[in-house]
Amino acid sequence: MDATAPTLPDGLVAFVKRDCPTCVLVAPVLAQLADAGALTVYTQDDLAFPAIPSPVDDRELAVSWQHAIEAVPTLLRIEGGKEQERILGWHRGEWEALSGVATLGPELPEQRAGCGSLSVDPSRIDDLRVRFDAGRLKARRLELASDEDEFEAMYTRGWSDGLPLVPPTERRVLAMLEGTTRAADETVALVPPDLAPCSVEKVAINAVMAGCKPEYLRVVLAAVEAACTDAFNIHGLLATTMSVGPVVVLNGPIRKRLGMNSGINAFGQGNRANSTIGRALQLVLRNVGGGRPGEVDRATLGNPGKLGFCFAEDEEGSPWEPLACEFGAEAGRDALVLFPGEGPRTLVDQLSREPDSLARTFAANLRAMYHPKMAGGAMEAMLAVSPEHSRVFREARWSKHQLLERLHALLTLPGDELVRGVDGMAEGLPEIVRGQAIPKFRPDGIRIVHVGGGAGLFSAIIPGWLSGPGGSQTVLQEITP
Amino acid sequence: MSRTLLDPTHENAPAIRERLARLATLDGATVGLLDISKARGNLFLDRLEERLQQAGANTKRYAKPTFTKPAPIDLRQQIAVECDAVVEALAD
Repeated sequence: MDATAPTLPDGLVAFVKRDCPTCVLVAPVLAQLADAGALTVYTQDDLAFPAIPSPVDDRELAVSWQHAIEAVPTLLRIEGGKEQERILGWHRGEWEALSGVATLGPELPEQRAGCGSLSVDPSRIDDLRVRFDAGRLKARRLELASDEDEFEAMYTRGWSDGLPLVPPTERRVLAMLEGTTRAADETVALVPPDLAPCSVEKVAINAVMAGCKPEYLRVVLAAVEAACTDAFNIHGLLATTMSVGPVVVLNGPIRKRLGMNSGINAFGQGNRANSTIGRALQLVLRNVGGGRPGEVDRATLGNPGKLGFCFAEDEEGSPWEPLACEFGAEAGRDALVLFPGEGPRTLVDQLSREPDSLARTFAANLRAMYHPKMAGGAMEAMLAVSPEHSRVFREARWSKHQLLERLHALLTLPGDELVRGVDGMAEGLPEIVRGQAIPKFRPDGIRIVHVGGGAGLFSAIIPGWLSGPGGSQTVLQEITP
Repeated sequence: MSRTLLDPTHENAPAIRERLARLATLDGATVGLLDISKARGNLFLDRLEERLQQAGANTKRYAKPTFTKPAPIDLRQQIAVECDAVVEALAD
């Protein structure tokens, strides 16, 4: 019950509507109870119903809303202004016990389920939320001038990433907040670079603007929390001249519940959850954190994924354990992995049918990441293996661990090939690496994820950034209601 | 549709759009002088141009095709690309 709700009168209280066959059925019982003593009936749709002296008008649904009436008929027993018992629908035994009146409605069936209360009717609930709940929203209100176009107004205020935004009205933000059980004023994180406190409500406002549905909100909240950890270091990721941004990978049943794409064109356009969850995270970083291109965001080139880069892993088609499990998540739990990454680049191998051959193709492409002569064990990459490529490893019974071991072995490079000036390229490592074996990646710096459409002997590399404690660490975040 | 929006920012900046910062110096700056094509606006801009050049500014002259309409988008973009500041001359 809403703490500010008006108290109900002592005695029995019923909520009904005429447009409910069960309410019509129990109308004689209500008359019987009215005769027996204290009964107050709130009617939601018709003052002439039920036929008892002076039913209370709740056609505005204020009382029903504030007392969280979900079904009609609802029968309550109130003492000292406090609710003692509540029954939904008609059940003779329960009604008799609650009212203390014997043989209620002897001609009625023993029990009958009720109907939905008008206060939770889908066509009315958004308006009711604005009427009764908008006060809990703390964000500053911006009144638009009469001749101001709302879409242009959002651009001129600098809220946009360049694409149009959904206007964050009270109605939409309240509906968005239904997507989480967390309180609107709970602080989610301090968002870099400004280290501004970010409430659930601010995340919801930006999620509305990004185009999210309310059921995506818990994922966006988890992504914001993950991005704002010291380990992930989003400030560094923003400030670097490299082109990286946060890449969100979803694991667990929530992928299916949100209808996310882990198949054809999983990195591309066309799926609302994929496209808007990553965008919402970026809008929080921009609007709450103050991380804007040309200011703290110093990327030389950037990449289109900085509008938002989010996809789901194809767990069902994978020969391997999900990505999140490598970070300690329980299989079957909803979780996201936040990876500091660039845009994906495709690698092609249409001829390898043996796992070692395909591993060599992966390694050759991974070696070229950023520069074929850059190595030293500080780098990280995500290797997105598609179904036609993973089949090669499945048939050969190669575990993910085996593949990773092979890749790290292939990517432990002869220092002689990496020295500055070798192959006519000034770029490279100092002379000191001659005669040494130099790893390209950190020991845990290759992250394998299974994703993509069922046709195409292609996989992809999503290059990372400086990884480890000195840069940005890939982080796991569980997704909670 | 509602005409009230909820602020998505950290609210550390005023809700009303801020003006651009003033130029720290006119010396070396390029100042556009936009004639809106009303009578005698050119006299005002001629004098202003002298004063600006004395202060070390470079000047560029532009004119709207007609005072009755906003400046065409091409002209606005050209001024934004070529100038650090612009003075729009009223007249009459």
